[in-house]
Amino acid sequence: MRKIWEFFKGTLFLVSKGSRAYYAWMVSLLILMAVGVAAYAYQLQNGLIVTAMRDEVSWGFYISNFTFLVGVAAAAVLLVIPAYVYKWKPIKEIAVLGEMLAVSAMVMCLLFVTVDIGRPDRFWHLIPKFGILNFPQSLLAWDVVVLNTYLILNLVIAVYICYKHYNREEPNPNFFNPMILFSIPAAVSIHTVTAFLYNGLAARPFWNASILAPRFLASAFCSGPAFMIILFQVIRKYTRIDIKNEAVFKVAELIAYSMFINLFLLGAEVFKEFYSDTIHLAPMHYLFFGLKGHSNLVPYIWTAMIFNVTAFFLFLIPQTRENFVTLNIGCVLIFVGVYIEKGMGLVIPGLVPDVLGEIYEYAPTGTELLLALGIWATGFFIYTLLLRVAIPILTGEFYVGDDGVKPVIVDTEFIRKADALAEQSYRD
Amino acid sequence: MPNEGTRDAHAHRMSRRKMMKGAAAVLGALAIPAADAPASVWEAFFQKNFRELSKPELEKVLARLEKEYGKRYGKAVKVKATPPIEGVLYGYGLDLSRCIGCRRCVYGCVQENNQSRDPQIHWIRVLQLSKERGVDLEEAEQYYNPAKVPEKGHFYMPVQCHQCENPPCVKVCPVQATWKERDGITVVDYNWCIGCRYCMAACPYGARHFNWKKPGLPAADLVTETHYLGNRPRPVGVVEKCTFCIQRVRNTPGRYTACVEACPVGARKFGNLLDPEGEIRYLIENKRVFILKEDLNTRPKFYYFYAT
Repeated sequence: MRKIWEFFKGTLFLVSKGSRAYYAWMVSLLILMAVGVAAYAYQLQNGLIVTAMRDEVSWGFYISNFTFLVGVAAAAVLLVIPAYVYKWKPIKEIAVLGEMLAVSAMVMCLLFVTVDIGRPDRFWHLIPKFGILNFPQSLLAWDVVVLNTYLILNLVIAVYICYKHYNREEPNPNFFNPMILFSIPAAVSIHTVTAFLYNGLAARPFWNASILAPRFLASAFCSGPAFMIILFQVIRKYTRIDIKNEAVFKVAELIAYSMFINLFLLGAEVFKEFYSDTIHLAPMHYLFFGLKGHSNLVPYIWTAMIFNVTAFFLFLIPQTRENFVTLNIGCVLIFVGVYIEKGMGLVIPGLVPDVLGEIYEYAPTGTELLLALGIWATGFFIYTLLLRVAIPILTGEFYVGDDGVKPVIVDTEFIRKADALAEQSYRD
Repeated sequence: MPNEGTRDAHAHRMSRRKMMKGAAAVLGALAIPAADAPASVWEAFFQKNFRELSKPELEKVLARLEKEYGKRYGKAVKVKATPPIEGVLYGYGLDLSRCIGCRRCVYGCVQENNQSRDPQIHWIRVLQLSKERGVDLEEAEQYYNPAKVPEKGHFYMPVQCHQCENPPCVKVCPVQATWKERDGITVVDYNWCIGCRYCMAACPYGARHFNWKKPGLPAADLVTETHYLGNRPRPVGVVEKCTFCIQRVRNTPGRYTACVEACPVGARKFGNLLDPEGEIRYLIENKRVFILKEDLNTRPKFYYFYAT
């Protein structure tokens, strides 16, 4: 027990120490979080009328962000499979970073749902035994269950790996392997359930297509890993963690396959709607070409299409995949492309035109944007805290001392050029 | 009153009363003791789902609400919770050959059911459709505004809650804040709804409306005869819907809803589907009936028909 307490104290010491860049980054995130809190207070004061949502478009920017971030949380599983199932060493060393990203993304998801509901004071109605969780009837109840399970699972796995590493021990396979293996179907389940949440509504033809869940999975395996690739390079540059090129390129290759499936399924969907040309075409027509002079989403969705197709080719061709400039361009394109396509591009057309044919054009208000910014900042803040502890552990700069209780902390300067770190260890 | 015998078979019952009491006591201690308001605030916070309230608990809730509304609106408000009448299943008929699109039903409903006037919430939406396209919702116009209705070449189709036998909104609610009563009316417990709006996404008839803002209801306009599941004043951040004027039809068997009474051309019919002599059964048996979006298998108890 004392050992764990000392470890915890060590982590607190770590997160409070860092370079100037680290402090600047954290303070700016805190400022954005404060802005988000202020926006939320304003929304609570006045009701959801301060958003652009109305009865016709009853879900908007918050739920769009939620949907996209469920996808980002998949980054973990794409690293877990090669690392723990195939025991591929270059990725095994860094899989924990993916799990931590999943934790941060899940926290953001839960925050986005919280700010979207009309009566957050009644959240306890969702807790079984206290309230009534309508399980298994409601897909939203399923979502509550699987999202929280996935969050806790990844948190436990990440902390356990770090703690073992810190103690310079191997993880106990009897405890660790079942959890890791379970996290793979759990990752699939969060996407499937979130897709089914939309999919199960016969009233909304745009969502009521069986292809939705596979499309969710395919685009999820693009956006999260794209973020990870950029992150690997940042970590590699500013810390002493060694991430091999082949690990990065392998992830990029997996993204290429996922993007192909994503585009193929989207094409199948577009063909069916446009060729059969029924009344159910209206939402898709609104999305791609506009409807009766309403075309808010059109420039966005075409941007997303161009980004996704361009990125697909960048990742497909080995020369551009293994050139860091084009690779990073591809990652940014994919992240933005999927954000549009699986965010507003998925949620809004489900509601426009509405069930009685009314067209209400939705665009988020300033309050919504600021609040979303605050939640994104919170996610980055949590992720930075997790990395701040995990990276020194992985590089052996934070470990338990010879007495087996007190921690040894070598690294007190987080976020610095790697060569300076190397010099320092050389002098030590 | 809900009690052991007549409770919905699907209502969950948990024994969390003690836990709630303990928690309320702790939290109540944090509030100013002996002050009346905080106690009722905590009571409201810890209130159970309507279908789990025992008789004495329900009476306490109704008394608390009456007091609260009385204070807010400065007049005596009655909140009842009249249970369903045995052997009744409500049905509705709407004669499309008669409706002239005047929207008197819309405002009759707003008046009777204490809807918010600012922002305006309407439980009935009247669609103007063109005769050559028929019931093509993509071509529907809700904001028609001529000097006189009906306009040439058009017909009108009012849409409100269809009180489905297989309601998608009930299925999706994550906390069972909405359910179908035994007389076929789908209701919302405004004190249990968390405002997630999943039911609004699920409803094929656009019948569910959200309180985006604190309802603006002038005291002078408040109808004081209310029902817990119907027209009592709503809080901000919850969903509301048509309940076939539950406060009227349950308290006075045989009474019409406000929209039926408001219709100047007799296009609206209402009654008991289980009464073989009733007008609803008559029109189903003798007129040409159609169901809106019958392919969704929601099985509405709302029948459009053509009398002429």
